[in-house]
Amino acid sequence: MPDATELELTAQELRDAHSDSILDTEFHRGRAVLIADPAQIKAVLEHLRGKGYTMLASLHGVDYYPDEPRLGVLYEMLDRRRVERISVKARVSTEDPRIDSVIDLFPGADFPEREVYDMFGVVFEGHPDMRRILMPEDYEGYPQRRDFPVGGEPVLFTYNEEQNYGKYV
Amino acid sequence: MEIKREPLTDLRVRQLKSRDMLRGDLDDQELERYVEERVLTTTVDKAVAWAQGNSIYPLTFGLACCAMEQIHIVAARVDIARFGFEAFRASPRQADLIILSGRVSIKMAPVIRRLWDQMLEPKWAISMGACCSSMGVFNNYALVPSDKFMPIDVHVPGCPPRPEALMHGILRLRDKIQGNRPDGWRERYDAVGTEELLPGEASLGSADISVFKPGDTAGA
Repeated sequence: MPDATELELTAQELRDAHSDSILDTEFHRGRAVLIADPAQIKAVLEHLRGKGYTMLASLHGVDYYPDEPRLGVLYEMLDRRRVERISVKARVSTEDPRIDSVIDLFPGADFPEREVYDMFGVVFEGHPDMRRILMPEDYEGYPQRRDFPVGGEPVLFTYNEEQNYGKYV
Repeated sequence: MEIKREPLTDLRVRQLKSRDMLRGDLDDQELERYVEERVLTTTVDKAVAWAQGNSIYPLTFGLACCAMEQIHIVAARVDIARFGFEAFRASPRQADLIILSGRVSIKMAPVIRRLWDQMLEPKWAISMGACCSSMGVFNNYALVPSDKFMPIDVHVPGCPPRPEALMHGILRLRDKIQGNRPDGWRERYDAVGTEELLPGEASLGSADISVFKPGDTAGA
């Protein structure tokens, strides 16, 4: 991991290259996080890739309910020469959950982006095949959002079998 | 007719008796005893059930971690080949038994239902493990219990069940097949009358079904 000083230097370098691209930084328990402007996420990742963070180790979504903007998309970048990791976080709102796809920079982002779309409803603009990957295609709602009901079904045991739940017809 | 069986005599004595029978030397009473000793009577239903129960062909089908335990029942320790169930078929059209070994997602349920519909009667299903029966720790938006989309004969609880538990479930299924136990899925799911019978063929009434009783070894 880069230390807090290197994180700030990286953030400043990015701000110099693309103005207002980095909104904030976080350094917590040795984990360096750049909080990026979702409109400039592609430029940020391209710059980081040029710096040596050539591998997109993971791409995932988070729901920060009740904080606003609620949704977060996290990019875990890895520099394989120095074995350094840095996270890039972009916050998008649930009203307009759109962010640029980084599939041009990292082809491996294809399925992770579809999963984030499936579970959180974030639309990755520029993705060639933006559809659900895990849930059925006619499924409604985004099940990993915090306001989505957990779901599940009452289970049929011997004691409630008379209620005729789950009757096979 | 009550049959009183004499204890079996020595093989050499029986061989001599067979020679006498072929020569026609046995009188009426001895001839009757000779036949009683050598003929086994049963009903066709019982004989068919005996054969079906001892030659279940499971479908080669694994869903999740329970499939690991399912694999173990064909290995050396609990060897289902002892009971005649070792021939895992690769096609549902050749299989008698489907073991749902793991969690069933909403996307997978239609696939399993299709496999079940492709299997030929008579067919049976075992729901293995907590996820498949009651969705276990995954009781959320993603899974569907197997009772919702197909009839299940035997539920094997556990997370995952040990191979011995699945073995016990299969043996319970064998008891059910051989004995025509009345707690079958057709009764449970109000499906009596859905048997696949040819037109004109009489449906199986309960009086026609021979009931297996403990100690009754005529059909086994």
